[in-house]
This record gives sequence, structure tokens and C-alpha cells, in this order.
Amino acid sequence: MDQANLFGMEPILKIEDLVVEYRTREFGQRVRIAVNRLSLEVFPGEVFGFLGPNGAGKTTTMNVLLGFVPATRGAAYVFNVNVRDPIARQRIGYLPELTYYYKFLTAEELLRFYARIFRIPRAEVGPRVDEVLKLVELDAARKRPIKTYSKGMQQRVGLAQALINNPDLLILDEPTSGLDPIGRMKVREIIQRLKQTGKTVFFSSHELGEVETVCDRVAILYQGELKAIGRVSELVEKYECNLEQAFLKVVGYNSER
Amino acid sequence: MNNALAVASVVVKELYRRKDFYVLFVLTAVITLLMGALNFFNDDKIVRYLKEICLLLIWISALVIAVGTSARQIPSERENRTVFPLLAKPITRGQLIAGKFLGCWLACGLALIVFYLFFGVISVSREHQLPMASYFQALWLHWWMLGVVVAMALLGSVLFAAPSSNATICLLLILGILLLGRHLNKVAVQLAEPMSTVVYVVYFAVPHLELFDVRDLVVHNWDPINWLICVGATFYAAAYAVFFLFAAWLVFRRQPLV
Repeated sequence: MDQANLFGMEPILKIEDLVVEYRTREFGQRVRIAVNRLSLEVFPGEVFGFLGPNGAGKTTTMNVLLGFVPATRGAAYVFNVNVRDPIARQRIGYLPELTYYYKFLTAEELLRFYARIFRIPRAEVGPRVDEVLKLVELDAARKRPIKTYSKGMQQRVGLAQALINNPDLLILDEPTSGLDPIGRMKVREIIQRLKQTGKTVFFSSHELGEVETVCDRVAILYQGELKAIGRVSELVEKYECNLEQAFLKVVGYNSER
Repeated sequence: MNNALAVASVVVKELYRRKDFYVLFVLTAVITLLMGALNFFNDDKIVRYLKEICLLLIWISALVIAVGTSARQIPSERENRTVFPLLAKPITRGQLIAGKFLGCWLACGLALIVFYLFFGVISVSREHQLPMASYFQALWLHWWMLGVVVAMALLGSVLFAAPSSNATICLLLILGILLLGRHLNKVAVQLAEPMSTVVYVVYFAVPHLELFDVRDLVVHNWDPINWLICVGATFYAAAYAVFFLFAAWLVFRRQPLV
């Protein structure tokens, strides 16, 4: 069934028949297919989980959406604008997996720098910086250089920079990766708060419990191909097990081997 | 332009929050002051040697700052993965290169002002005169020469992944141009074909950085050079800087980030 008809609205993110090929550096330049004919749509207000084992093509897909990697074939659109156009990124917030920000800047300076790139009016920058720093609970550490932050705090700075432009679509690449349980819980709470404010969140994760808690729909990618897509409840019902077991079945892992 | 200026402001902050500049400035100051405290052979004109040594140290420090700062810009953005959240925003790769250039160049300009102020103080304290026009020309041409150096190092930073190899290659190239650049045509005359043509092509292709070295003006308190020549040299440097930046953009715009 056409997903647009299913939700009765235009998708905010649309991937059409996407193929991404890499040339390996081995002798003879073999071609490796990272993403193979991927098509999916994400609708406004959804929290969409993008799942798959390591090397499934999740980060590559996100890299195409952000214009870091060109698509070999197919296309991707954000707000109906081809992702190759930099203006497509005006309403996107992006949190990469494990990023280190400019260590010599403070959190406040970093956010002001990114705000300038988004051309946020000068009068609005201060209140916006205050708002996101409060949201990620870094208000007290705003004047400290980022090099003094813990890993969890750095990840929250990452979330703050992703939110500085009040984006309509958030792309989060394994936002809880490498965090302790408290850090994970805080990030999960922030995602849930964003969901309540009507933001669209597209995120990849290995934490299936977390995905089950916060996601409306999920897509499971394996070896670059889309293996399953739908509501978490539908997948659980279809495979008659929890999301983790459903995921293992979809990727063809047999635990009894 | 807004995006390039935003990137440039971060580069300038990086320079004054790192220790490199302070270390080089203190070294230059200490060596100059130590030399100034000595008196060889009761020579009245010893101040000229002092000025020459101080200017040489300033030139070396400025080159180290310019190459060191520019060579690491793009590689460290990649290594620290800061390039991903940055390019995920509405900024083009061309604006990133332009911002990095502006930042490094402005940072070098600020460092030069501090160095030349120190030089001016030393000079005035010994000679009780300050030929402002000559000093301004020396500073101005030095800054524009560093513009070419910064653009060259930025091009190197998109070609070579390791900042250290890029910095070494750039410094060797710059020293080669400064020391041998003006003699290449004389070498070409003495060579047989086709080497003669090759050396001539190199002679006309490389940026002649030695043209910007007007240290003698301030060492010997000579009159300033013709202002039209100064303007011509500025355009010459600008043309080379634009060429190197354009080449850097051509390489970087299609370069995979992952």
C-alpha cells in the first residue's frame, strides 16, 4: 500500500530507489554495494527508527540524506527538495555518531557559531541558545570549554547543536551510542520531549528496547536492503515475539544454531 | 559571505586559544632582547643587525604560524568529525574553504601586528625614529605573502591527509621559492633543451614570494617603495591566493567525506 495514502499527508523525507556503491581500494577496484534499491518515506510528527546490524547501510543512507555521499542511483528528498541542494539542510538537525566538537569553544560559543550559519536573527540567538541548553541540561556548564566535558555532556552538546535551528526534521545517528544508562535515559527523554512537540525524528540505533519505547515506525535494513518496515506493534504481531526477536528473524539470525 | 565569516571567527578563536603563537612570540622577544643587550665592537650601527635578526625571527615565526594553522584545518575537521555537523548545515564546501582561508589569514594578520609592534618598540628605543610608510609597506606585503602561503597550505590540506606531511611539503616549497625562486631564470639560461623550457615554466608558474620581502626598507631606514608597485604586488598575491583556493575547492567539492 502507498505510504502517503496510509497517512494521508505528504512525506517530510522521501527516499526513492536509492543505490550507493563504493569502490574498494583493493586491486581491481571492486564495487561494494552499501545501499541497494532502498525506498522509504517518513511523515511529519513521526519518530522513525532505522535499524540494522553494523554495516547494514544505515549511516551511508544518512550520509546521502545530508549530502556527504552522492547517490549512485535513485534520489532522496527532504521537504520535497533534493538532498544535493544545500538549502535542503536549512530545516534539518543532525547528530552524528561519536563526534567531538571544537574543544577550544564553550557550548555557548559553539551554538552561537551554528546559529550564525543558520542565519538566525541576532535578537533570537540568545533566547534560542538558552532554550536548547536548558533542554539538554547543560545550562550550568555553558561557559566551560567543551574539552572539559564528559562523553555524555558532549553527546548532549551534539543534541543541542542539532536543535539550534528549531528543525522540523531531526536525523540522529545512534544518539545513545557509548553512553552510560543515565546518559541514555536523558537522551531518550529528550527525544520523547521532541516527539511531544511534534518534531519528526529519524534515528538509527542498536538499542531495540529504546526503539520500542520511542518509535512510531521502524525500518530494518540488512546488507543494504530494506527487509521490513512498519509500526512496531505490527512487526511484533507479525513475528509473534518482541522487537528484538523480530529483528533477529528479519535479518536471518537463528539463535538455535 | 556570512558563513565564511562565521567559520573564520572560529579559526581566529582557535589561534589565540592555542599556545603556538605565544611560544613563538616569546621566543622572538627573548632572542631579540638578549641580542639587544649585547654590544659587539662598540659598533654604532649594531642596531641594524639587531633589526635584521628580529625581522628574520618574525618571518620564520609568521611562516610557522601560517603553515601550521592552515595545514591542519581540513584534516582536523575530518579527524575530529566536526566536519559532519558543520556540513549538515546550510553551508557549502566552497564557503568552508573560504572561511578557513579568511580565518587563517586574519589570524596571521593579527599575529603580524603584534610582532611588528614589538619590532617597532625595539626599533624606536634604539634609533629614536620610526619611518611609518616603510614599516607599513613591510607589514602589508608580508601579510599578503602569507595570504598566498595560507591558500597554498589549504590546497595541500585537501590533497594530503596528514597535516604534518602537508606542513613539511609546504615549508620546503616556500623556502625553496624564497631562496631559489629569483635565480631560476638564470639557471634556465645555462641548461640545454628541454630542461631549459621546463625550468622557465617553473620560474613563471611559481608565486615569487621573495618579491614581498622588503625587510631591507626597515633595516636600513630606506624610503618606501613606489606605492603603485605595492598595489601591483597586492594584486599579484591576490591572484595566486584565488588560484590556490579555487584549486582547493575543485578538489574538496567532490571529495568523499567518509
